[in-house]
Amino acid sequence: MNIQSRFIRNLLRHRLAMISFVILIILIGFTLSAPLFELLLDTQMSAIDLFARFGPFSLEHPLGTDDLGRDLLVRLAYGGRISLIVGFTAAIFSAIIGTAIGLTAGYRGGWLDNFLMRTTDSVIALPLLPLLIVLAAVDLEKLGIPAQIAYHSDIGLYKIIVIVSLVGWTGVARLVRGSVLTLREQPYVQAATAMGVRGRRIVLVHILPGLASPIIVATTLSVGNIILFESILSFLGLGINPPTPSWGNMLTNAQELIWEAPTLAFFPGVMIFLTVISFNFLGDGLQDALAPKSRNR
Amino acid sequence: MAHFLLSRLIQTASVVLLMSFVCYMLLGLMPGDPVDLLISADPRLTAEDAARIKAIYGLDEPLHQRYANWLVAALQGEFGYSRLYAKPVLIVLWNALQYTLVLMGLALLVSISIAIPAGLLAARRIHSLTDYSINMICFAGISVPPFWLALMLILLFSVILGWLPANALPLGEVGFVERAKGLILPVITLAMVSIGGVTRYVRASLHDSMQQDYIRTAFSKGLSERQVIKNHALRNSMIPVVTIISLDVGAFFSGALITEFMFGYPGMGKLLFDAVLGSDYNLALVGLLMVTCVTLTANFLADIAYAALDPRISYRTENK
Repeated sequence: MNIQSRFIRNLLRHRLAMISFVILIILIGFTLSAPLFELLLDTQMSAIDLFARFGPFSLEHPLGTDDLGRDLLVRLAYGGRISLIVGFTAAIFSAIIGTAIGLTAGYRGGWLDNFLMRTTDSVIALPLLPLLIVLAAVDLEKLGIPAQIAYHSDIGLYKIIVIVSLVGWTGVARLVRGSVLTLREQPYVQAATAMGVRGRRIVLVHILPGLASPIIVATTLSVGNIILFESILSFLGLGINPPTPSWGNMLTNAQELIWEAPTLAFFPGVMIFLTVISFNFLGDGLQDALAPKSRNR
Repeated sequence: MAHFLLSRLIQTASVVLLMSFVCYMLLGLMPGDPVDLLISADPRLTAEDAARIKAIYGLDEPLHQRYANWLVAALQGEFGYSRLYAKPVLIVLWNALQYTLVLMGLALLVSISIAIPAGLLAARRIHSLTDYSINMICFAGISVPPFWLALMLILLFSVILGWLPANALPLGEVGFVERAKGLILPVITLAMVSIGGVTRYVRASLHDSMQQDYIRTAFSKGLSERQVIKNHALRNSMIPVVTIISLDVGAFFSGALITEFMFGYPGMGKLLFDAVLGSDYNLALVGLLMVTCVTLTANFLADIAYAALDPRISYRTENK
């Protein structure tokens, strides 16, 4: 590789990651300014106006209105909040589960490592979407959760965070285990072991801080996937329940309405796509910058 | 090799067994109850009748006992009936599986026949503009929500251009051409979901092979780049790609579910979705297990193929 192409490479890689980062900041800003849009446009997220169904682009409704005459822009902003909240929260939960599993497997080694990694591989290989659909359809009351909580309208949000966390941890677990295997052999860790430091202290004080980069990289990469899964489940009517908007469930009716209102099908999907691809590019760039060795290519 | 085969077989079987238990428990947690559904279908049934039906079907036994009963029956090939279709579940599932395998096979074919040349092109001039453009497209493919991609394809080809139908199966008896036309959009959708990942694997794997000593030897013998790639690098780099593709079968099923849902294609994914939403517990349970089994079998076969194709791989030193 000559100098020129390396320069192009670094420039492009990091520029892509930087652009993605800026796009994500703008997206977060966009979702946070939802109340501002409501104020400026003098409308409300759930203000139904059946005389203004499928409204065209206009000053009052910059992106038009949906099948119930609600403002699309405002709903996109509120829907983005939900998608991003699910993405971030579930990614953090996944990172915790994945780190615990990867750390245990890598540090303990032996049959436990074998078992945990085989489990991880199996989860990766499973057809996850059919399984997630069954999980999403579970009746919470049968799990012993009181009816007033189980059938509360906001429960969908918590449920979907738990469900996608259950399958989102595999990438983190693998990357963390790989890094632990390298860290475990480092002279300073071996010195600590030789000095008689106890296993738990070695893990928490000497190994865990060294895992920051792989955890950040794997978590960033998992956010995109988590948002995709959330949007699919919400689209299928098993995630966030209407009238609360999420980018996924805003597309639920879009298929039947595609002849009358193609823009309704367009915008929420573009938002999901932009968010997911930005997280993926950002994760890719971070991987280059923070953990170049973990790149398996 | 025999040892390796046996241990993989045991692993596969234990995952299937574990999945059957998890699915059985999960489906018990789904809303509704089969006997309640019977009662709502026939208002003359009384509470005593319901209790009697529960006793007949063993539904009054504890959950673990019921699972054991189910497992014994399943191992003897008794999978019971589907509530929605009033047929044995195996017949319903077998029909759907055939549809899905056709869809997945075609999509895989499209995906591979685009991904291999694309990956090759990228790996030949790594870090070139071509490489970056291909990489960008791969990322787009990985990041696009499959249901939205299907919507956009329908919007473009069915609504705006009017070239292709928006549902996979045309109504009534039609010729081969009409059937094939219906499959185009679903196959594109499903292929797009996997194409980005496969291209990146091909690129990475080929790039790895190109760094090897024997490639340098081949070049120094005076072979052209074309010959080196075709006769030396490509063969070796395809082995890991086969494994990766087989590991993606599970994700492929997930993609197929969405595709079938979007285009009204009567495959496994749509069937499973309808079974879960329609409280057809038995169909959902056996369907989930069947999908799991197909996926794990594909992985298992790929492992064997991997070992058979590459004599350097020894599974004795696997647990290092």
